Amino acid sequence: MSFSNLTRRGLIKTSAAAGAGLALPTYLSAASHAGFTNAPQGDTVTLGFNVPQSGPYADEGADELRAFELAVEHLNGGGDGGMLNTFSSKALEGNGILGKKVQYVTGDTQTKSDAARASAQSMIQKDGAVMISGGSSSGVAVAVQGLCQEAGVIFMAGLTHSNDTTGKDKKANGFRHFFNAYMSAAALAPVLKNLYGDDRKVYSLTADYTWGWTQQESIQAATEAMGWETINDVRTPLAATDFSSYIAPVLNSGADVLVLNHYGGNMVNSLTNAVQFGLRDKQVNGKNFEIVVPLYSELMARGAGKNIAGIVGSQNWDWKLEDQLGSRYTGTNAFVQSFGTKYGFPPSQAAQTCYAQTLLYADAVARAGSFNPCAVVEALEGFEFDGLGNGPTLYRAGDHQCFKDVVVVKGKENPENEYDLVEIVEATPAEKVTYDVDHPMFAGGELGNCNPGA
Amino acid sequence: MLGLNKKDLGVLLLVALLALAAPILLNPFPADSGMAQFNAGYPDLMQRFVIFGIFAIGYNILFGLTGYLSFGHAAFLGVGSYSAVWMMKLLSMNVIPAIVLSVIVAGLFSVVIGYVSLRRSGIYFSILTLAFAQMSFNLAYSVLTPITNGETGLQISLSDPRVLDGANAPSYPNLFGAQMNSAATLELGSWSFTFSVGYYLCAFLMLVAFYISIRIFRSPFGLMLRAVKSNQQRMNYTGLNTKPYTLAAFVISGMYAGLAGGLLASMDPLAGAERMQWTASGEVVLMTILGGAGTLLGPVLGAGFIKYFENIFSKINDNVLHGWFSFMPDGLEDFIVTIIHPFVGKGWHLTLGLLFMLVVIFLPGGLVEGGQRIGRMFRRKKSDPNTPDGETTPAE
Repeated sequence: MSFSNLTRRGLIKTSAAAGAGLALPTYLSAASHAGFTNAPQGDTVTLGFNVPQSGPYADEGADELRAFELAVEHLNGGGDGGMLNTFSSKALEGNGILGKKVQYVTGDTQTKSDAARASAQSMIQKDGAVMISGGSSSGVAVAVQGLCQEAGVIFMAGLTHSNDTTGKDKKANGFRHFFNAYMSAAALAPVLKNLYGDDRKVYSLTADYTWGWTQQESIQAATEAMGWETINDVRTPLAATDFSSYIAPVLNSGADVLVLNHYGGNMVNSLTNAVQFGLRDKQVNGKNFEIVVPLYSELMARGAGKNIAGIVGSQNWDWKLEDQLGSRYTGTNAFVQSFGTKYGFPPSQAAQTCYAQTLLYADAVARAGSFNPCAVVEALEGFEFDGLGNGPTLYRAGDHQCFKDVVVVKGKENPENEYDLVEIVEATPAEKVTYDVDHPMFAGGELGNCNPGA
Repeated sequence: MLGLNKKDLGVLLLVALLALAAPILLNPFPADSGMAQFNAGYPDLMQRFVIFGIFAIGYNILFGLTGYLSFGHAAFLGVGSYSAVWMMKLLSMNVIPAIVLSVIVAGLFSVVIGYVSLRRSGIYFSILTLAFAQMSFNLAYSVLTPITNGETGLQISLSDPRVLDGANAPSYPNLFGAQMNSAATLELGSWSFTFSVGYYLCAFLMLVAFYISIRIFRSPFGLMLRAVKSNQQRMNYTGLNTKPYTLAAFVISGMYAGLAGGLLASMDPLAGAERMQWTASGEVVLMTILGGAGTLLGPVLGAGFIKYFENIFSKINDNVLHGWFSFMPDGLEDFIVTIIHPFVGKGWHLTLGLLFMLVVIFLPGGLVEGGQRIGRMFRRKKSDPNTPDGETTPAE
């Protein structure tokens, strides 16, 4: 390395040039400003889909990505239009969003907050995404939602079930279509009482992060209200893959119900472990031992195989809804049809919520006539819609949470094929699972103001 | 100048120039071209380059000079992040107290861990530090949840006290009002360059860190550390107590890690436990070895290399691949995409692993050695006619 020809004159020249270069942007940058972050330029608009492609929720992430691709295709006028035909709002015309062709970028959250934020940052800063969607973990959703609030883009939460996402960590730029732990508990409690009586002792295993905590809290509150007793709650790390050491103590705990607050790969493993330990064949306190998984999906049922038979849980949506419960859930068949045509199997609830969120965002932009996050927030707040498969739904202004029916399901004893693993027990009407904005389980946060960014 | 000899000053100036011009150098492709995929000049990634550069520079002071292979340095990074976020929650959104506290806390933490771990050397030292780091990681996950918020990660919220901030203070990390995420964009034709406040703060601190590291490398203290690496037993026999030296090196590198952690939290106010996981500790070892352990520039290069792969290669999905090869006939296109598929997107670890193997096998001295070899190749050609014996490279 030789810098021997570094003279005083040379140094002054270089620093002057560097200084001029640095000063330049300060007056050049103002030209391309549209008043909000990543205003779409030209005839395209970019959306960012940030899903787990590795880790315990990878299966859900893959299905979410399929749904996003399908939604983009429908928005751009491709395919058969899917739920665009049944959606109650007719602002979308199949020519992109506001006439701009929809493009998308994808990223891997790795089910880690840090990685998810880095991935979302690059979508916002590098790819110019004006909306971020996705997530299959509430920890990640809460982290990315916070980032989107700071950066001034809209966050349309994908699969996130923690109360905190629209509770103490709610943000003005974030919206959730998926239901939450409180709703699951409220819908499950009456069904559990019917099936298993009002005198049960519960042992629960809980994934150790925001979703697990709030789901455990919700289930405990709802079941104790009907007379059940919670004798122990054990927290398990999200990264755990073998749960035998957590299951063994259940055998002699005196409990007769095991509640698994696990999702994705965690649930598949813990349920399999529990069945292997013979819990389902046990008699405790003169009753059959039962296992409850408050939230599960078709994908997890497929992973758990036979073990899912007879297990009660709740879902945001099921692909058989319209066939079995009638036209209240219109949109379901249209979506299953186009998803099935493209990929060859029915969509999961994760896919449905991500598809619906993408459509809802596009529709809000179309109705607002602008990509400005504040205009989108205004269009979505208090928005009532139908035809996206969940029946009549309200996007509540107070916490940006959707209120709709909750599906209570049970694993089929004798499934006919590998996609038809759960049967619908009932659809609990939305008013039975509605709560106040300042409910204690959701208190402690504030939406703040919408942030349009730069 | 600055107490450095000509060669070191040259390296420092080179690093300063690269850091200053990074937003331009890292964005060589026009924003609307297909190659824009490979642009790395956006603030978040550039910040990661320099922050992990600081982390690796600090790690190199321990590993490169004393040869003590610590497998637990991520613990200090994590501790730094947590203290920075807590400062922002309690005191002020100004990053100065956050960064200062993160360095202090990481320093104290490394005194404790270093004091115990340095009682052993070699593999036992590595295992001890690994054990401590995994302990911190698991504590942050479970019993310390009230402080760390467990898996969800510690975040700032509007309702935090922030006793030093007034009512109208910015709600984002800032340096006396200049927000870390504020940036100016320079549009030159179809090129677009982003200059952000956060990046230049990180780059400035990285230069300071780099300067201190040069001074340590060239000091009698640094010489003592190198002596520890080459033969610690001999030093002990001559009556020297090496422990204070190794402990000092350990604490200094711990403070560097704390600074990196504090900066990470200042650029993006979130601290998660996974920052302390053993994979994060392993990453800094990889960075240092990949770049060249014991060299000044190596760790920075290694950090940039790994972060580039993590953020750029992991985002190439099948769609992008099909876009690139769409000019080919259908069958061939699908075939090529299938071949490349495992190496990009979520398979970026595989590509990085292969490159790491190549570097370790063919360039044991890391990327720096690669650069030196290329340099020597050119220099020899030039100097051959005049000086038959070739130009001697100055010793390190």
